[in-house]
Amino acid sequence: MRWLLLLLTKGFLCVWLAALPMLSQAEDADSNEGDSAAEEVFNFDEAVKGLDTKSYKVKGKKIQGIALSGHEKALDVLMPLSEGNLFAVKETGVIVEGIKEDSLYTVTDILSGEKIGQLKKKALRKIRINNKLRRQLRGLMAMLELTHPDDAVRLAAADNIIKSPTESMLPFLAQAIEKEEVSAIKDSMIIAQGIIWTTSDVTETRFKGVEAIGAHPHQAVKGALLRVLQKDEEGNYLEPNAYIIEAAEKGLLEYERQENVYKLIENLFFGLSAGSVLLLAAVGLAITFGVMGVINMAHGEMIMLGAYTTFVVQQLMPNSIEYSLFVAIPAAFIVSGLFGIAIERGVIRYLYGRPLETLLATFGISLILQQLVRSIFSPLNRAVITPEWMSGSWHVNGMLSLTYNRIYIVIFSVMVFVGLILLLKRTHFGLQMRAVTLNRPMASSMGIRTGWVDALTFGLGSGIAGIAGVAISQLTNVGPNLGQSYIIDSFMVVVFGGVGNLFGTLFGAMSLGIINKFAEPWTGAVLAKILILVAIILFIQRRPRGMFALKGRFVEA
Amino acid sequence: MTSIPKGPMLKFLTEDAGGKRLLIALAVLTVAVPFFNLAVPESSAFHVSTYTVALLGKYLCYGLLALAVDLIWGYCGILSLGHGAFFALGGYAMGMYLMRQIGDRGVYGNPLLPDFMVFLNWTELPWYWYGFDSFLFAMVMVALVPGLLAFLFGYLAFRSRVTGVYLSIITQALTYALMLAFFQNDMGFGGNNGLTDFKDILGFSLQEDSTKVALFAASGVVLILSYILCRYIVASKYGRILVAVRDAESRTRFMGYRVEHYKLFVFMLSAVLAGIAGALYVPQVGIINPGEFAPLYSIEIIIWVAVGGRGFLYGAVIGALVVNYAKTYFTAAFPEIWLFMLGGLFVLTTLFLPRGIVGLASDIKEKMLAKKVQKQADVKDEPVDTLPKASTEV
Repeated sequence: MRWLLLLLTKGFLCVWLAALPMLSQAEDADSNEGDSAAEEVFNFDEAVKGLDTKSYKVKGKKIQGIALSGHEKALDVLMPLSEGNLFAVKETGVIVEGIKEDSLYTVTDILSGEKIGQLKKKALRKIRINNKLRRQLRGLMAMLELTHPDDAVRLAAADNIIKSPTESMLPFLAQAIEKEEVSAIKDSMIIAQGIIWTTSDVTETRFKGVEAIGAHPHQAVKGALLRVLQKDEEGNYLEPNAYIIEAAEKGLLEYERQENVYKLIENLFFGLSAGSVLLLAAVGLAITFGVMGVINMAHGEMIMLGAYTTFVVQQLMPNSIEYSLFVAIPAAFIVSGLFGIAIERGVIRYLYGRPLETLLATFGISLILQQLVRSIFSPLNRAVITPEWMSGSWHVNGMLSLTYNRIYIVIFSVMVFVGLILLLKRTHFGLQMRAVTLNRPMASSMGIRTGWVDALTFGLGSGIAGIAGVAISQLTNVGPNLGQSYIIDSFMVVVFGGVGNLFGTLFGAMSLGIINKFAEPWTGAVLAKILILVAIILFIQRRPRGMFALKGRFVEA
Repeated sequence: MTSIPKGPMLKFLTEDAGGKRLLIALAVLTVAVPFFNLAVPESSAFHVSTYTVALLGKYLCYGLLALAVDLIWGYCGILSLGHGAFFALGGYAMGMYLMRQIGDRGVYGNPLLPDFMVFLNWTELPWYWYGFDSFLFAMVMVALVPGLLAFLFGYLAFRSRVTGVYLSIITQALTYALMLAFFQNDMGFGGNNGLTDFKDILGFSLQEDSTKVALFAASGVVLILSYILCRYIVASKYGRILVAVRDAESRTRFMGYRVEHYKLFVFMLSAVLAGIAGALYVPQVGIINPGEFAPLYSIEIIIWVAVGGRGFLYGAVIGALVVNYAKTYFTAAFPEIWLFMLGGLFVLTTLFLPRGIVGLASDIKEKMLAKKVQKQADVKDEPVDTLPKASTEV
């Protein structure tokens, strides 16, 4: 008997609420047709002013009116009202939103959006609401949000309902689902609806709910299904209906399968993005170490210089951070590249053929550069701002979301890599570079200025390290020790992949990044790193020249 | 300088002029410093403060470490960028003994567990801490742990002929991996803070001046003995083969020598010496933490040897003393420019002083000798017996 009554009242509510927007639409149509829009604005304003009354009944009516007016400001009024931030200014009767700061209230005219200034508490009259109004407001706000023109607001509203499902939302959801056009938001709404259904007293509705949420990729689905499958102390299901249990178990199984797939994808993506960072950091080294045979221990500091260049560029153009990276990339390339050329001309060219001495000398340079940066920029970490378009993440679905900065870094590193390959294989400079690498005296006698090619090659490797610095500055803090944390990893990548082979470096970076990410959940981040280092040390024993070693006469050179 | 010893037993020492001077200086230092610290009253101008004694003791440990590195780098061409790891492992073994000596005098007063284990809510001592109550056991470990690690690492690396730069990079990776591991709290070595708050060694309080002086003297004696050992090795036939490996590894192998055995032995010996240096170092500075494993410190050792001059043994010791004295002075007086100086040292030594201070000195001497001989050359027509040069090639 009781459920019948419930159903009846619910049904009524549904009909009533479904009719409401139609009414308001009709009103809209009327006002558009008939008299001016000012009439409606006037009505809305009147209603807002009317909130300033002692009668909760009147307030309730006004709230209802505001919510259903379809006015764009409706939510702006109801939100502060529900939070208790809506006031009337005693003198003028203007309705304002007041935010308390210390002892004063910063008030804003709710209708015009105009800032009035700071007022004392005495000058304001709070518009109070009781629990009944609060409930009413919650429902109305959800409805407004569910039909809000902004996609993000609608999605957030649906997610809110998923987080705290309440039965009173059902009718609003049903309406919103019908109107919704964006499929992702619609899915969220359907999940919300299904989750509410699963808590219903009616067997059919519960079944419908379990079916509806099925294996939708949303974190809340698992919880809802597990709730359906709850057991009592004796191990019996709380749910009396065997069909529902079966459906829920099936849904859960499917859900978990999907979850595993997405986790795999996510791990792969994290691995790829970590690998991309490694690739960016190591590819410059692959040129200086792999192609030229120079051990550049200052390579990490070239990365650091690139990161600091980004910082300086952002300091220089504080008003256009959005574009700063596009300036920073060439700037970092030039700065690090020039430093690289200076190092090559000043020190390294005297040490060719003595790799261990080169190692020591460049290590000394790295210390000097670190201290230089520490003296100029202070030893503290500098925060590089992440532009708007790089922050946030791409929600593929409820289970998988990928952060934009990592996506861009993957793309960026691939671009740099491809560009580098093209430069080496397709340009005149690349040809000269390879010629000098293969046979210096012969190249020299063919008229190639080997000294300059050396300098430019070293500059290229360093410049790319600078570009890597720009990318890395978006991921971590920029400090004088930034380079140190990448140098050993970079060497590992180059040595693992095989010296003198850019594709080996690509392979090395990606596999190290991915292995690291997959090992992490089992072993923890630090242990994973240690294990990888040990693994590489052992690997080098097996293949002393790396994965893709050069063959032939250049091996020993 | 590496001529084959013949005749009297001690010829390997007497022929090494620079080393002889160094040994005499070290012996004088080992005797004189304790005397001026303990016997001369504090008011006297000749009094050597305990602070200086501890500092000099530290330098001597560094000297021993540099000696160990020169043995493999200068004579066998193995550039290890991870020798700090062996040093730190020896230090940790000593530190563990010293931790056990604290007993129930720690902050938590737990008679069974060191403070940091109590802090981490551990209930029993990990198995690898057993035995460190005994000084003898700890001393065996000081040599055994670095030696064993060097054996494992060297066996794998030398067998598969990992040489040159590759070897340097993986030794660096080794010390880096160890650093990360020792930073972990659950390794059971005190994590970040390492081992510290030592109270006494063999029943003598570490705070006492006399203990500090004794540790200094011990460092001096160990350095002298190690020097003699190293000198003996490099002057022997074995040492000649090491030099041959350094200069032409393949050729030596083709002549029938098992190059990897020679390398492995000298690498292990060097690691043990580094471990002993670490064990002497820890009680004198009162702390050992994972920072000692940092790749930077390992590379700093190389620069001591490079500045002193590699391939002379005594050059390494001199380099360690000079660079560390400079470090102490400059980090106190001009902390800003120390890294500039250190970096500059790396660059300038490799560019202009490939044979270090000692090499420069011997070059100058050689030139003067050559001039002198030139004058006499008109009279006698004998070949000039110049000092053989240590090759700077790798």
